[in-house]
Amino acid sequence: MKKIKSTAKLRDLQQELNARLDPNRACIAICCGTGCLAHGTRNLVERFEQELADRELTEKIALRRTGCHGFCERGPMVVIHPQKIFYQRIKADDVPEIIDKTILDNEIIDRLLYRDPVTKEKIVHEHEVPFYKKQMRLVFGMNGMIEPTKIADYLAIGGYGALAKVLDQGDPQGVIDEIGAAGLRGRGGGGFPTGRKWNATRKAEGSPKYVICNADEGDPGAYMDRSLLEGNPHSVLEGMIIGAYAIGSSHGYIYVRNEYPLAVENITLAINKAREIGLLGENILGSGFDFDIVINRGGGAFVCGESSALFASIEGRIGEPRAKYVHATDKGLYDKPTCLNNVETWANVPLIVNKGAQWYASIGTEHSKGTKIFSLVGKINNTGLVEVPMGITLREIVYEIGGGIPKGRKFKAVQTGGPSGGCIPEAYLDMPVDFDELSKLGTMMGSGGMIVMDERNCMVDVAKYFLKFLEQESCGKCTPCREGIYQMRKILDRITEGEGKLEDLDTLEWMCQAIKDGSLCALGASAPNPVLTTLRYFRSEYEAHIIDKKCPAGVCKALITYGIDPDKCTGCHACARVCPTGAASGEKKEVHQIDQEKCIKCGACYEACKFDAITIV
Amino acid sequence: MQEKVAQIIGKYNNDKGFLVPILQDVQKEFNYLPKDVLVAVCAQLHVPLSRIYEVATFYRAFSLTPRGKHQLSLCVGTACHVRGAPIIQDGIERVLNCKAGQTTADLEFTFETVNCLGACALGPILVVDDEYQGQMTLAKANKLLKKLGKKVATDEED
Repeated sequence: MKKIKSTAKLRDLQQELNARLDPNRACIAICCGTGCLAHGTRNLVERFEQELADRELTEKIALRRTGCHGFCERGPMVVIHPQKIFYQRIKADDVPEIIDKTILDNEIIDRLLYRDPVTKEKIVHEHEVPFYKKQMRLVFGMNGMIEPTKIADYLAIGGYGALAKVLDQGDPQGVIDEIGAAGLRGRGGGGFPTGRKWNATRKAEGSPKYVICNADEGDPGAYMDRSLLEGNPHSVLEGMIIGAYAIGSSHGYIYVRNEYPLAVENITLAINKAREIGLLGENILGSGFDFDIVINRGGGAFVCGESSALFASIEGRIGEPRAKYVHATDKGLYDKPTCLNNVETWANVPLIVNKGAQWYASIGTEHSKGTKIFSLVGKINNTGLVEVPMGITLREIVYEIGGGIPKGRKFKAVQTGGPSGGCIPEAYLDMPVDFDELSKLGTMMGSGGMIVMDERNCMVDVAKYFLKFLEQESCGKCTPCREGIYQMRKILDRITEGEGKLEDLDTLEWMCQAIKDGSLCALGASAPNPVLTTLRYFRSEYEAHIIDKKCPAGVCKALITYGIDPDKCTGCHACARVCPTGAASGEKKEVHQIDQEKCIKCGACYEACKFDAITIV
Repeated sequence: MQEKVAQIIGKYNNDKGFLVPILQDVQKEFNYLPKDVLVAVCAQLHVPLSRIYEVATFYRAFSLTPRGKHQLSLCVGTACHVRGAPIIQDGIERVLNCKAGQTTADLEFTFETVNCLGACALGPILVVDDEYQGQMTLAKANKLLKKLGKKVATDEED
């Protein structure tokens, strides 16, 4: 493609590309997100290419390798257009049948359809699947419509139109006012009003000014930023370019985790393409505005998601945060005014510019506007990425979209906000989800991880897990975080080993407060949240570990014993075969037993038993 | 070696700001961060060796010791944790006789845990030589190790 020299030319190109889209042309949209790739989608793509070529259909039928569709649980999946037929859990051997029957003969293949686990009904179309029905996929929905590696796809559906609009209006302050009026708040963790941040950076003295996209996504359990960068990188770029224009910046960075190779690849490609056609670089679309973006890959440190640590890392230093009395908007990267927003925040910007602040502000709750993408994972039937309007209840997310808890088990908690967040018990499932309501519960929105836990998850173990995580990831600069978390973890170790005392709970509460008050950065200050919330909502579980020396969920090794239920054991010998120490044994077809002396509680027998005969008490 | 280093640094216009990505590329090229290579980086980039050491030991992704022929990374993010990643970690450590973060004595395997790979829906995830393997179980992990030539004590008899 040639360089586009004006906004008018961009609109012409958009129209031309859009006219080429034939809504009636058969198209196979195949999800190539990381989740589906792990399910083996690569083979599937090759097979489709091969079979289409064999039938000389490559011209007639389009194959679209899209980013993540969100419903990772049911991958590999395809959506067949124009009918929007949704096939899931597809194998390479299903490919010839899909082409011959569904595409050429318009016949539905029953066994590839999604079956509603509740009503047992088979569902034909993507939008009718309950997982998608309740969602509002404003930001994430475009993933299914484009190939992330093709800028033409993005342009054809109106991509970079918001940038053209902004450049035509020529009013940078107006853009900031619009973003402010929309009520957009940062999607990365804190929920700071984006418009205010932009404004402060614009007003700050100093040059150059930097615009940064935080794609470090260190929260374990959250992967929406990855899926946006992989699936729709240009929406993030467009948001950044608009932001840079509004703020008056010519230098941008994307700080992305090196653990996300496909995201790095796709965003690199997108930047190169955008530069090639004049959407980045000097004199963007002939407007006289210059802006370019450099990618910086992170080194796998959770703390680098924190703004000042992230700046240090971009400068080639270790990621240690600094005190916050100086704002990044005044002195950020290289001590220059810097505006840092997360991937999802940037991706919301073109949407607001296109549709207007008023429209955007009509979605959501009083102080939390728009939609939020959550990664719904853990013990939940429909795992995946869901985009919902702010204010939806947790119950709707867990039960209506997520389809409830697998294996008929009981819901126990949902953890939000990553290591800075907390666990919400069943009693609060009807709370609306937004920035402020989650804070009231002692947790936070964070970047949108939502990890569902059932009765087989021990809340003391979960608290210990987060402390261990934070202990490893603490940068070590300030004492409350470095030493406090370590000491709290030691206390939890003792409790889970059956050596806890009731006073430990008071000590924990006291230490939590000290770490909150004394830590240098927000990550340290929020580190006690997992302990505080579990103490608040699940105190009886702590007490069971301390007083009864029992782990009610059957997780903490020192407090459990494996046994065999003689009524359920069929003598199939599966447990004995997998037992690494010979503790599980017995004659075939007779009830087996576990020798407690030899048992190392590895859980292999529990996993292998198909008859639910292994007991944990 | 000097040439390789120059090539990598050149890719980043000799900009010290890119120290982390430069070390990532070095590690990719040499499998780990050998001392003599780091000395070369320090000379060519005009960065003190102490600073390189500081960065190399701060970020989890770097290794100052040689890594195994096969790379096993188990995700221990929250979603994988609640679905049983610790049980799998124990199992792999037992079979390889090496703790997470270590390399087996025969330099065949490096086993490490990572905090989140961002494929949470498929947890627990084990990455074996860059291939994502989802919904991991003890039995599946044993099978994978066996395929890579590791003797697994609990081989199935029938």
